[in-house]
Amino acid sequence: MAEAGFWSSYAWPFILTILSILAMVVPLLVAVAYLTLAERRVIAAMQLRKGPNVVGPFGLLQPFADGLKLLFKETILPAGANRMVFLLAPMLTFTLALIAWAVIPVADGWVIADINVGILYLFAVSSLGVYGVIMAGWASNSKYPFLGALRSAAQMVSYEISMGLVIVTVILCAGSLNISDIVEAQRDLWYCIPLLPMFVVFFISTLAETNRSPFDLPEGESELVAGYFVEYSSMSFALFFLGEYANMILMSGMTTILFLGGWLAPFGIAPFIWIPEVIWFLLKVSLVLFCFLWVRATFPRYRYDQLMRLGWKVFLPLSLLWLVVTAGALVAFDWLPAAGGA
Amino acid sequence: MIVETMVFYLFSAIMIASAVMVISTRNPVHSVLFLILTFFNAAALFMLTGAEFLAMILVVVYVGAVAVLFLFVVMMLDINFVELRQGFMQYLPAGALIGAILLIELAFFSVGHWVSAPDADAQRALAMPAAGQVSNTLALGRVLYTDYAYLFQLAGLILLVAMIGAIVLTLRQRAGVKKQSIADQVSRSRGEAIEIKDVPTGSGV
Repeated sequence: MAEAGFWSSYAWPFILTILSILAMVVPLLVAVAYLTLAERRVIAAMQLRKGPNVVGPFGLLQPFADGLKLLFKETILPAGANRMVFLLAPMLTFTLALIAWAVIPVADGWVIADINVGILYLFAVSSLGVYGVIMAGWASNSKYPFLGALRSAAQMVSYEISMGLVIVTVILCAGSLNISDIVEAQRDLWYCIPLLPMFVVFFISTLAETNRSPFDLPEGESELVAGYFVEYSSMSFALFFLGEYANMILMSGMTTILFLGGWLAPFGIAPFIWIPEVIWFLLKVSLVLFCFLWVRATFPRYRYDQLMRLGWKVFLPLSLLWLVVTAGALVAFDWLPAAGGA
Repeated sequence: MIVETMVFYLFSAIMIASAVMVISTRNPVHSVLFLILTFFNAAALFMLTGAEFLAMILVVVYVGAVAVLFLFVVMMLDINFVELRQGFMQYLPAGALIGAILLIELAFFSVGHWVSAPDADAQRALAMPAAGQVSNTLALGRVLYTDYAYLFQLAGLILLVAMIGAIVLTLRQRAGVKKQSIADQVSRSRGEAIEIKDVPTGSGV
């Protein structure tokens, strides 16, 4: 009796969970690998170059060549480094970039954990990303990494606030913290249309949150060499790199879920709904990712005081104002969503 | 059930161990990192009791914001910890007293039983929805924004005052700081910015 209970209530769910995690993580890692290639190819195309096109057809094997190269390099531990923290930092960055995917639904019901506070979980995990950077900067015991880490910590904490307010605005409209409910609430109208200013604020904040250009000051090579990961080599460097790209995909996924209707087909009419939901989700994520690369190829780096000014003096008041306006409009026109049971 | 119990003991054990490490490691940065681990395990314990909202808020507020600032300060301040330790014996009696009081309170709680105020009992006896029907975010929101709206506003005001106080205390006007004033830059006219001089040949400006 007890054994049957053990199998049905623990062992099988456990195995199923492991399988679903694998089904999520393996495509994610492949996507990360190809995002690095896509970035180089897209930027090359925008700069009228060819980009890496030699390893394999169209350069398709380039990410694996890069990965193997990094794998076989020597791991260097700086003599003055704090070993435990130094090694922990890249692992933390990479792990955080992966665990957030537990609550992202790629299609209706295709999610590892459909939890009630999904969007809060995402926000919590993305706010932890700063630890990897700050730990790396401190543990390296070197000037450039420390400066990079301080910059990054201040930057990520600042932009988190406006991101949080944007998320609150979306939650107000959807009436739920559950990600699937938020997507379902956009069935008639994607939130990027009524909340267009918030969509723009959110996208720019995600650029800052992932330390991407034009906000890549933490790793600004012109003044800080490579910022917080100067001292890293080999796989520990690769973990930072993978973590950064996985975070980019994660943030694109968040943008898609919050503003672009997640897995929903546009307009919900005939030719579009024939395409599977997961394809729509991937297309939207790819579109946002392309914008990430496009921004990188287009804009020069921000100056640090301008970055802080944008975060605190422009985005914070703007998102606060829009939050109040949204709440007011929802109450005034009686558009408030029914308090969801879930 | 046995798995839940095991998980509970696992998180509790890690939590207590890391809490001990917070006060026993020599490196202050390690202390803060162990403090973060403690917060995480506390969040996991909240999660085990089904208080998912509190668990997430604990991570967002304490780990995502407060501890970052902690870490920031501890990393940048050059504190001499040998000096700090010298006063240890001096503070020992007071610390021991507070510790003893807390221990006695805990002992009362575990030996005796809760005595709650009649009002609180009445509050608890009110119709409470079953756990599955209302998510705890919704339940918290209902209580907070209907029964305790004024107290909630008051808490917000206290935080606002604290924030303004901190800003006022740390704001200082230093001379010689060059700051960008975008309004000035944009409103600059051609006349202020450039000057056209007729340079005679051979003599220069």
